[in-house]
Amino acid sequence: MGLLSDPNRRRALISLLTRLNAPICVVCYMAGVAWFMGLAFEPFTLRTYMSENAMGSTMVEERFPAGERALGTGREFSAHKKKAGGMPVDWLVKTMQSRGLEVFTQRFSRRLPFPDEDKERYMVKGTNVYGILRAPRAPRTEALVLSAPCSPGDDNNQAVGVLLGLAQYFRNQVFWAKDIIFLVNEHDLIGMQAWLEGYHHTNTTGMDWSPLQGRGGSIQAALSLELSSDVVTSLDLVLEGLNGQLPNLDLANLFYAFCQKIGVLCTTQGKLQRNDWDSVSGYSHAVQTMMLMVMKQASGRPWGDHGLFLRYHIEAATIKGINSFRQYKTDATTIGRLLEGMYRKLNNLLERLHQSYFFYLMPSLSHFVSIGYYMPAFGLLALILLLRALDLWIQLATPPPRTEDGVADAEQMSSPGVLSVLTPLVISHLTGVALYTLPIHFQEIAVEHFPVSETEAVVLTAIAVYTAGLALPHNTHRLLTGRGTENGWKVLKLVAVLYLAVLLGCTALINFSLGFILALTLVPVAAFVTPDVPKALSAFIMVILSPACTLLFSVFLFQELQEMPVSFLDGWMLYLSVISQGILDHALYGSLVYPLVALLVYPCWLLFWNILFWK
Amino acid sequence: MMPVPSSVPQPKDDFQEELVIRPLHSGDIYASFQFRTLWETDFMRGNKVSHYRLFPKSLGQVISKFSVRELHISFTQGYWRTMQWGQPFLPSPPGAELWVWFQDSVTDVDGTWKELTNVLSGIFCASLNFIDSTNTVQPSASFKPLGIGNVTDHRFLRYATLPREIVCTENLTPWKKLLPCGSKAGLAVLLKSEKLFHSSFHSQAVHIRPVCQDWQCKTTSWELRQTLNVVFDLHTPGQGKLEWSLFKMFSRTLTEACPLASSSKIYIDITDDPQGEQFEVSPATHLLSQAMVLGDRRTFSVYDLTQQITFGTVRSLNLLIRWKSRDMLRPLLHAERYVAGYGLQTGEIHTLMYNNHPYRSFPVLLLDSVPWYLRLYIHTLTVTSKGKDNKPSYIHYQPSKDRVRPHLLEMLVQLPPNSVTEVTVQFERALLKWTEYTPDPNHGFYVGSSVISSLVPSIVAMDTNSTREQPLFSSFFPCKEESSYFMRVYTEPLLVNLPTPDFSMPYNVICLTCTVVAVGYGSLYNLLTRSFQIEEPSPGLAKRIANIIRKMRGVPPL
Repeated sequence: MGLLSDPNRRRALISLLTRLNAPICVVCYMAGVAWFMGLAFEPFTLRTYMSENAMGSTMVEERFPAGERALGTGREFSAHKKKAGGMPVDWLVKTMQSRGLEVFTQRFSRRLPFPDEDKERYMVKGTNVYGILRAPRAPRTEALVLSAPCSPGDDNNQAVGVLLGLAQYFRNQVFWAKDIIFLVNEHDLIGMQAWLEGYHHTNTTGMDWSPLQGRGGSIQAALSLELSSDVVTSLDLVLEGLNGQLPNLDLANLFYAFCQKIGVLCTTQGKLQRNDWDSVSGYSHAVQTMMLMVMKQASGRPWGDHGLFLRYHIEAATIKGINSFRQYKTDATTIGRLLEGMYRKLNNLLERLHQSYFFYLMPSLSHFVSIGYYMPAFGLLALILLLRALDLWIQLATPPPRTEDGVADAEQMSSPGVLSVLTPLVISHLTGVALYTLPIHFQEIAVEHFPVSETEAVVLTAIAVYTAGLALPHNTHRLLTGRGTENGWKVLKLVAVLYLAVLLGCTALINFSLGFILALTLVPVAAFVTPDVPKALSAFIMVILSPACTLLFSVFLFQELQEMPVSFLDGWMLYLSVISQGILDHALYGSLVYPLVALLVYPCWLLFWNILFWK
Repeated sequence: MMPVPSSVPQPKDDFQEELVIRPLHSGDIYASFQFRTLWETDFMRGNKVSHYRLFPKSLGQVISKFSVRELHISFTQGYWRTMQWGQPFLPSPPGAELWVWFQDSVTDVDGTWKELTNVLSGIFCASLNFIDSTNTVQPSASFKPLGIGNVTDHRFLRYATLPREIVCTENLTPWKKLLPCGSKAGLAVLLKSEKLFHSSFHSQAVHIRPVCQDWQCKTTSWELRQTLNVVFDLHTPGQGKLEWSLFKMFSRTLTEACPLASSSKIYIDITDDPQGEQFEVSPATHLLSQAMVLGDRRTFSVYDLTQQITFGTVRSLNLLIRWKSRDMLRPLLHAERYVAGYGLQTGEIHTLMYNNHPYRSFPVLLLDSVPWYLRLYIHTLTVTSKGKDNKPSYIHYQPSKDRVRPHLLEMLVQLPPNSVTEVTVQFERALLKWTEYTPDPNHGFYVGSSVISSLVPSIVAMDTNSTREQPLFSSFFPCKEESSYFMRVYTEPLLVNLPTPDFSMPYNVICLTCTVVAVGYGSLYNLLTRSFQIEEPSPGLAKRIANIIRKMRGVPPL
């Protein structure tokens, strides 16, 4: 402040900032990317540790014996599932009742806005079955949930078997202090959404469900189990939930601790952790793991049935059994013991999980990067926007140096009208609204007039609106105010840069990954674009860095990171399906990524597009 | 102690003990102990009672010192599962519940109540001292005196619950000490804590009330009822037949009645099995007794412990029952409650009341006492049954005052036959002061059970075709005593999360605030208040000396 109150030093600082603006921005960008890449380097990260006292020091013994019998139950379930052609409701009710649970069912139905071609469903009708194990001498105030999906085909039968086996075993134990709810949900996430909405009596997405008859109070934690083979080589922990929300890190720590104790291979993002962090391949492995987490989190979709619990402030994760060609196998008894141990520790909880981090990235299951460490990477990128804004502000505030041409000078001095800034703002946002609303509303018309299916119609309409938006706004201000003034674009750019800074800042606070990925591509655009740069090349770069292309690259990168590279054509098909899934996620579960991109990010990018074609 | 001369007529006192055992539909077993001490004396009207025989002195002194007319206190661990277990003989909410009617001679009811709770806290070794004005209410209709007396002015009534109270052996021991035989003889021998607390449900209570001495009711006696209800979980998978015995349940058998007891009996509910196919009771007894219990006609096998023959040749009684479990019940009235919504700002309390009677509707009184930190939006109160608005015929609502008193909501609602009535009210979660949080704020805050009191049409009256066993002339009009019975149902307590600060935050906040104040505010203030001037270069030494000389001469300086 003393620095700023001195006019001389202030002038020096300002001139430094304006003169060195471009180099500083480049340095910031590189530093931001470097910082982010450094996060995966093991010496820079922290080891995970159990923060919650109630789960830490108290040792529990795992004695679950009945893995084989659980698999037998799973086979029985599969037979009944085939016979019923879906959820074997009666059989499940009878089986759970015979295990001493209070059993209830919930029916639900949902018509999707357009057919989901990935999962081949449109009119969804189903039933959830859940049994409550009442804890002795507990007043029904707290509960834990263990869920397994009833998937079509031969998937996840073993998960239901293990769930029922655990229910039987847990029923005979005396130490439960919280009710335990065993849930078998049909139609994966849609069933889970119906059950959670029924349990909390909310309706955010317009689904029809029958009210629940039995409850266990406030749910403290939940695990979802996916298991499709009798033996597994490793267990994978899935954390990413709706809108990039993550469960408390202690849940991941708990899983990791028990995997270590029982001796089960455990992975996150399907990647084992390696010990050779100092080698290049070890480091790149960690980077890949972290990048996968970033991409999954940025997508904002629930990556397992647990993802929807997080909205209700219930810590939840999905545990997936993976069976690969590795030698070392784990049987169902061991998985049962692992779950038993986790539930016993969760049962010991006195408070909700709150001690550890809610915002973190994991380069491996034993290491994590907390919000304090990863935020500077984003901060460095956001700083560029502020520097550019400052530069523009100074340019607008200081009178331009006298030139010989007095006429041009006078014209530049006139302040731009409100209209010339407001019009592009309004128009680009209207384009955004069109992008948000038209695809679903015009699917019927599109299907009538073109030989496409509903899903294709939605996706293609979205792409068409997106592309049409490129042609729209940059011509408008000329119609209104004639030729764009020099100050006009500067004011517009100042507004747009600040808008982008606020937008990305807010996004990064809620979903760091999404904010960071958007910042990576949008910040360079915002920084360099002026009406004076070469048009064709800049336009090409801008299109490459637009949100839609970012998504396309992300799809390819994601496939690459998962070690499942795709050809361009397959990638394109995948890209189309990702768009339709994004729209569906928004309609079904209330994911916010699609409205965020359509209503805010895309219009913001259009503003920069507008500036490029100002003259 | 001085021997009392036999010529002075002693006030008579009398002690009875009783154990009722009922195999439940779910396969669990319900044991209900009742110990009743009756004393023909009057603590009131200035009577100084100093000699106690069977009646516990500690309680007698409490009654006379605090002018208590009626006192009901219960400690419960667990929730009574109406859907599985049917109705309990004596309902009680999870945690501790205390309600007291004071004599109308008490002037400072609140003060007396405060003292009384502290004294009881000591007697029962419980946290009753946490009862204060923020969780005490004065229900206007739900809690009427159970003994004689026509004072119904609810100014003299206080009701409080502590849903978080944990009940354990330290509460059981003082409770047992109130018994005349302690736990040395009689039924109380069975009350071993290691078994009693290894159960699905445990509830102990003390009820004190004045009752009539005889049918003319000219003088009153005081009745002390100590009750203990416990439900044992006998779940064994894969077995249809269940087995139970006194020894298995309590790890004790009975050898004698309490010598001080005038009656000592064990009742076993064998109603569900009139032909003896399902049940097998051994040793068998021929003493049967019929009673109307909770609107149902029940049959009991009776074992009289005062008769030596009951104990047989081994001089020890170990009852044994085998029976089959069956499916769920549909109790006529039951209720549940939950919090709806998500997020930490608002929420909605839903109370569901089920009337499962096929054709009769009946009114219920709903009492809700909600702590002040859930700010009820009473304008959002809705009562719906079968999709239609159901207008309560009586509403008594007392709004809360922050940190002083809770919300009290009492309603009289008519439940249509075979329906679910849903009462919803929205609330906002208050932000507490940082010292008001409990040591475990992330556990959540408790809201006590709602109380639903009702006169329920009895099962006997429901059976319109019951003329088979009765003479025709006696059964056309349902008689009043049998047509309905009083029932109280408690819902589950709620656990509600309030917005909780991160308590490591104060440190961060202090650091941040100090920095902001020091750097930001200080320099900004400096900038705003200072006036800037262009400073003249300071004059040289010679000039300054010259100026001093000029000043002394009175000439203007250079």
